[in-house]
Amino acid sequence: MPDFLLEIGCEEIPARMIDAASRELRERLYALFERERLTPAGTITYLDTPRRLAVLAPGIPAAQPDITEQVNGPSAQIAYKDGQPTPAAHAFAKKVGLDVAKLEKVSTPKGEYLAATVTRKGRTASEVLAETLPKEISSLYWPKNMYWRKRGESFVRPVRWLVAMLDEQVVPLELFGIAAGKTSRGHRIIGGDSVAISRPSAYVEALRGAKVLGAAEREQVIRKALDAATRTIPGARWREDEPLVATVVNLTEFPSAVLGSFDPEFLDLPEEVLVTVMRDHQKYFAIEDANGKLLPYFLAVLNTAADSDGLIRHGNERVLRARFNDARFFWQTDQKQTLRQRVELLRNVTFQKDLGSYYDKTMRIQRMASWLAETVKQSGMAVRPGVVHKAALLAKTDLTTELVKEFTELQGIVGGLYARVQQLDEDMKPDVQLEVSRAIYDHYKPESMEDSAPVTIEGAVVSIADKADSIAGMFALGLIPSGSKDPFALRRQANGIVKTIAEHKLPFRLSEIMADARARYQGSEAEKKFSNAAFAESARSFFRERIEFYLKDARGYAYDVVSAVLAVDSDDVLDAAARAEAVSKVRGSSDFESISSAFKRMKNILRQAAENNRRIAARLDPFSLQEESEKELAALIPQTAATVENLRAARDYEAALLEIAKLRPAIDKFFDKVMVMVDDDNLRANRLALLQTVVKEFSTIADFSEIVTEGKESPK
Amino acid sequence: MTPSKSNSLTFQQLILKLQTFWAERGAVIQQPYDVEVGSGTMAPETFLRVLGPNPYKVAYVQPSRRPADGRYGENPNRLFKHLQLQVILKPPPENVQELYLESLAAIGIDLRQHDIKFEEDNWESPTLGAWGIGWQVMLDGLEVTQFTYFQQCGGVDLDPISAELTYGLERLCAFLQDVDSIYDIVWARDPETGREVKYGDVRLADEQQFSVYNFEAADVQSAWKHFELCEAECKKLIERYGELRKDLELSRRVSSDPGAGEGFVREKSRFPLLGAYDLCLKCSHYFNILDARGAISVTERVGVIARVRTLAVGIAKAWMDQQYPTEKQSEKSGEVPKPAAKEKNGKLAPVG
Repeated sequence: MPDFLLEIGCEEIPARMIDAASRELRERLYALFERERLTPAGTITYLDTPRRLAVLAPGIPAAQPDITEQVNGPSAQIAYKDGQPTPAAHAFAKKVGLDVAKLEKVSTPKGEYLAATVTRKGRTASEVLAETLPKEISSLYWPKNMYWRKRGESFVRPVRWLVAMLDEQVVPLELFGIAAGKTSRGHRIIGGDSVAISRPSAYVEALRGAKVLGAAEREQVIRKALDAATRTIPGARWREDEPLVATVVNLTEFPSAVLGSFDPEFLDLPEEVLVTVMRDHQKYFAIEDANGKLLPYFLAVLNTAADSDGLIRHGNERVLRARFNDARFFWQTDQKQTLRQRVELLRNVTFQKDLGSYYDKTMRIQRMASWLAETVKQSGMAVRPGVVHKAALLAKTDLTTELVKEFTELQGIVGGLYARVQQLDEDMKPDVQLEVSRAIYDHYKPESMEDSAPVTIEGAVVSIADKADSIAGMFALGLIPSGSKDPFALRRQANGIVKTIAEHKLPFRLSEIMADARARYQGSEAEKKFSNAAFAESARSFFRERIEFYLKDARGYAYDVVSAVLAVDSDDVLDAAARAEAVSKVRGSSDFESISSAFKRMKNILRQAAENNRRIAARLDPFSLQEESEKELAALIPQTAATVENLRAARDYEAALLEIAKLRPAIDKFFDKVMVMVDDDNLRANRLALLQTVVKEFSTIADFSEIVTEGKESPK
Repeated sequence: MTPSKSNSLTFQQLILKLQTFWAERGAVIQQPYDVEVGSGTMAPETFLRVLGPNPYKVAYVQPSRRPADGRYGENPNRLFKHLQLQVILKPPPENVQELYLESLAAIGIDLRQHDIKFEEDNWESPTLGAWGIGWQVMLDGLEVTQFTYFQQCGGVDLDPISAELTYGLERLCAFLQDVDSIYDIVWARDPETGREVKYGDVRLADEQQFSVYNFEAADVQSAWKHFELCEAECKKLIERYGELRKDLELSRRVSSDPGAGEGFVREKSRFPLLGAYDLCLKCSHYFNILDARGAISVTERVGVIARVRTLAVGIAKAWMDQQYPTEKQSEKSGEVPKPAAKEKNGKLAPVG
């Protein structure tokens, strides 16, 4: 059982793509081994770096096992005439490579057929892999491909070498004009141009010798190096940043780290700016003191063993100094025009080509945010409409600043920072100004499900208005996200709205927000370009998915609970969340299980009745019912329904559900004793009416038939 | 300010070393293109040479004007006009990355003492209808080179592709000399007297005056007019070329004479597409000036870029047709391919 090794040697693969590609390659190989009956004895391992994707499969069969199988041929009737084989029989015998006399007969439901038992010789692993691997490799998915030899042949970057081995033997595959061999390459600078691999099991050590480490080891080395460098500064720690660690792991083959410093004067710049420059532009780690305050140091991860002469540290410090100088220059330049003055400049910044400028957007957001603030206020929550009004007006003005033009990821944040230091209004009180700046600062939040919602309610309101305006405009233009296409990140924005409403417990209905956002475009130039008649419906179904995503992925409710809850209503986020919570609490009880099954059964009966055009009594006539059990159930309904409705109206969903669960004995008894689909038309019509009433009265919190139960009945 | 290292290369030595390096590897050393361009890519030695099948290697310094990047000579890292060393390798040799690293060694960078990374950075020029895949090459945290595998240029899929190496000469030199301001770069050092001429001595006035011109003085009206004049003339040339092409096809279709359309062939082959391309570059330059002047709203911007792209793409297509005419192409563009096929048979007959 030889070991197998495949290494695809490549020019530097983008860091962000390596992990997914490596996973896919392993999955593909595993599937290939299974398919080809070459399943390895040991666990598949891998090693990837920016310059290679490698997979090791220990102990795969040297050849596929032979297969003995029965092949069916023509029917016996055709194959023999008067007991003599016909040409059809001979042809079949020839095909399977047997003598006619060796053919068998088998009986099948269709009659008697000729058959042959054939043994197919397994092919060698080398042969199979040489033939199948090129296709697997070229089928790897890359977010962006290129060609370098001929068109129609593509990969993420040029492939420069291939290693494919079964123990000491080369697997003779060829791809991209390269024949696989036994020679790998080491680290570009400190490794070696050619690294001989004696056998797959020696691969990892051979590469280590050539200064190439696997990803897990690189991460360890990096973390250790960062710790060690930071330890030289008393009381300091490096700021944990997992995405950045992942990036530098995939930018290096043999990492180390250097500690650099910068002029403490730069600490006058906002931390957000400094960290963005370090992290996003230079891929440096920030260093902070025990209180989380930034210190004038940074850590750079290198793709080499060490910085023995300090040249690398010096170079990195030089670059950072220039970057910080730029940022300071932009910061100072930006102060020459206040955010107030910049509102006018927004006329020249396009929001979207058919939706006008950011000035237009600002006007819409401002009106909408004010309306939202009013709604919040009327519900009895504390909100400062003046803050909302001002923040909405200034929210987008930082798009005209040099700092945001240079560091686009700081949009919103820069506006918030400037709003804190500039005079916004003659007699604005400091606390109001602070609130305005916080609302501006936060209004792009939450940028993902993991990101937090805006801190203040004013920020939340501006954030919702901004996002709703974008979604409404794009939907009205017909630019609705579909599949993987969502160029304006509308899903993310809708997720943000849902999350913000839920976390701030805001009294908004999504349909009202969207209707209002749409209404803000009325009479505008943009509206002339609108095409979408089905605005409300497409917005509704779009948001239903977003709520579903929120409840399931962010809140962790079971999918069937979410479906049950949203089947009733998906417009009120808070209410849906409260109902989901209540249903989750009671769903485990046996009463509730049983009720859920019963509801499914009732719905099935009602559906079948509808399909067969069975009449349902318009009003349940209790006197037409015959059995004790059905009369009992009918008698129970009005009073239970009233209790449930009161509890529901008070939003005490758990109590309401427990009340419904009390129906269980009556319902169980009903199904025990009563047959609904009887011949007597009147009786049947009334029994159906009874079921319909139960379903209707008690499905106001959740559609129980959506709940998956342990019992025999499946959900649908 | 840190004193410059006396042993490191001067700016002009850096240029000479890199040119020598690439000359020794078979590249044609071209001179800078003499029409304003925003990057070395726009010079015809790149834009037109990467089209078509012919192998080519070229290196040249290209002064690159970006009016909006001017900072009145006050910012130590930003320039209105910077110098790029542009290298085109068509097709890219297999060891192109190694060659590039050798070029760094040639200018005195001992890579064993430095940290070098190739980080993903794909290049796209909407104005040129061109894009490529590649990296920014990071040397101790500084982006020193843009390394691109061209995939498309002027809307034409490239076959073969070219590798483009664009060295940022000022930043590379500031790195070598370890100075914080571009203006402190030693441009030349007199070998006899040791007297130094700084980058600022050579170029500061340029930066100051062109910042004033581009941001304040350039006449918006006339810049628009220039733009439109160049655009109109360029368009006319492209159209005329298209007509020539049609005339030639028509004459070949109606006549079985093998020499049919020879006049058109001659006229087509001497047609001044290079002149059209200069006009397209002028448009791009005027667009940049208007942009720096703040005369183009963001809404308009996309539209104007599209106008320049239309010219660039038109020229690229015409250039392909002019320089690399193939039977296949003329068949494809002909509306009635059948007669052409017949004509082909007719031509073949005497030989067979």
